[in-house]
Amino acid sequence: MELLEFARGPALWFSLFVLVTGSAWRIIAIFRLGTKTDLSEPRSTRRFAAALRGIFARMIPRKEFRQGGKLGVFGGYFYHLGLAAIVFGYLPHILFIERLTGVAWPPLPEALVYLAVGPTFIGLLMVLLERLTDPVLRLLSGFDDYFSWFVVFLPLLTGMAALGSAYPQPTLSGAPLYPLPLAIHLLSVELLFLWLPFGNLAHAFLVFISRGVTGVALARKGAAL
Amino acid sequence: MSTTATTSNALEKRARAVLASAAAPDARMAAREFVDQVNRDAAFQLETCVRCGQCADACHFYLVTRDSRYTPVYKLRPMLRAYQRERAPFAAVKRRLGLAPPEVTAAELSEWSELLYDACNLCGRCTLACPMGIDIAGLVRRAREGMSAAGFAPADLYKVAERALDSGSPVGIGWPTLKRQIEEQEKETGLKIPVDVEGADYLVILSSIEIASFPETIGALARIFKQAKVSWTVPSAGFEATNIGVQIGSRDVAAALLSRVVEAAERLKVKYVISPECGHAYSALRWEGPNLLGRPYPFKVVQIMELLDQLVREGRLRTRGKDTRRFAFHDPCQLVRRGGITEAPRRVMGGVSERVVELPSPGEANFCCGGGGGVSAIRRAEKLRFAAFACKKQQVETAGAEALVTACANCRNVLEEAIDTYHMTLPVLGLTELVAQYLEPDPAPALR
Repeated sequence: MELLEFARGPALWFSLFVLVTGSAWRIIAIFRLGTKTDLSEPRSTRRFAAALRGIFARMIPRKEFRQGGKLGVFGGYFYHLGLAAIVFGYLPHILFIERLTGVAWPPLPEALVYLAVGPTFIGLLMVLLERLTDPVLRLLSGFDDYFSWFVVFLPLLTGMAALGSAYPQPTLSGAPLYPLPLAIHLLSVELLFLWLPFGNLAHAFLVFISRGVTGVALARKGAAL
Repeated sequence: MSTTATTSNALEKRARAVLASAAAPDARMAAREFVDQVNRDAAFQLETCVRCGQCADACHFYLVTRDSRYTPVYKLRPMLRAYQRERAPFAAVKRRLGLAPPEVTAAELSEWSELLYDACNLCGRCTLACPMGIDIAGLVRRAREGMSAAGFAPADLYKVAERALDSGSPVGIGWPTLKRQIEEQEKETGLKIPVDVEGADYLVILSSIEIASFPETIGALARIFKQAKVSWTVPSAGFEATNIGVQIGSRDVAAALLSRVVEAAERLKVKYVISPECGHAYSALRWEGPNLLGRPYPFKVVQIMELLDQLVREGRLRTRGKDTRRFAFHDPCQLVRRGGITEAPRRVMGGVSERVVELPSPGEANFCCGGGGGVSAIRRAEKLRFAAFACKKQQVETAGAEALVTACANCRNVLEEAIDTYHMTLPVLGLTELVAQYLEPDPAPALR
């Protein structure tokens, strides 16, 4: 079996299986911990609205906390937005997702996606640099944080190397002319899939629940979100 | 023996068992309690942290010392480790593979006692700053349950808790002292202060600091309620509003103390209990109370600021004249950021003050006085508490405030101590007293 075949076949399906079951396991296991009903008289009972407000209010830091903040706050915006543009806006990625799910959408202009690579790359390096040098972040960080950074950075790096993988057909189907870089890129993405449910990359889905429950708890007191 | 008395005895017994743990600290017990404290919501929050460190820049203890250990989320590390080892989603697999974090040790917990108590006011500024929506202050409150149940809370707090259980007050103030202060205030104001009046609408409870250091508050309430024609009473038992239980982080101690207030309210059949000028007393009574006792109250809880604001808006409370000094409101964290009472005190203050200035980052993002969350009762934390006040000092100077007004007697005490330490000249006033000072004069004869 060629490496690309392996990456597109069993490796992909196995990593997706781990991604889905691992994530579901993590969420369900936490839900099963349960929580007691709050018996205090609430100021607000609009739980759904509070959860949504909790989710959106934390997307931008309050003005009181913008000064003297960590460099990584800006790096974080760069690479989150950049990764979103690259993963969901780049035509080959959309076609890849379409092959798996049948769902597709219009791509971003190719030049814009290439432009997004720069800030994403710089943003990721910025957060790593800060994690390695800032005393607070060094104290807080462990293997999970560094490895999570690595498995996000690797697909970006291998993806850049695979940019030259020309396809014989414009639909990007069939075998590319240079399969090795693409195979390595796919395998690096699969490594990310394998790790995501277990480390702090799971914040990709946990963050909405965390913000939501805190939003509900604070809103029932009438406190600021 | 009545059901209420039996319940109270059971609560007392459990509370005293918590205090007994101080004699023999037990790391395993702390770990078990940490794990029990992590329910669904707490777990989602603990699991979501990306170690971004933004909470550090929100914490006054970190800002003034630049000590990384004071990073709020770092203070949760023992609880996080116990949870990851025992109850987190992949804990069993990780333990089998030898990948689970090690058990927390007594030495670590002794070290974390400083981080979880001396260096945390439970003020919640970190919660507000966390981009992942983690209620760090709420989690510290939970972590304190493990610390206090296993003997790792500061010795001073165990002593205060014992005194509160023994005498009803954290500083040992009993009914005879309050009675004397009431009589004094009756002389001062010429008004009768109702005690143990069954069927009154409002029950007034007080903090020991008010009784001991600011007894004028009692007279102020009498004058305010007379003008507003409020039916009220003070209980001769169960009058202490403060609750060391929520500060040391023991639900058992908190429930035992709170039950005394609830019993008084039920005995006197009041419709409302007024939470006085005290931040954590409000949290204890309003938000934690029903959950601690496992039942909703048959009365409503109203914070004094909410009531004053309501009385003004209803036209029942009328003031005349205004203070001309530049007043700034110091937001008690548990009332404002954690309690949702931001505008009421500002409206009330605006009615009696001509020149209100806001401190930088007012309201929900305020800096704590440094003494909240039990810190003011920990002697070894005094130096750190005064250091933390530097944030507030800078704000006061930036705003050019000539006096601070607040709605928490503990904040008031802590601010006054810090102001003295920094050789500043800045009066700190209680808002209830300030309102009483500007009440429209009553044409009717005072004594009745």
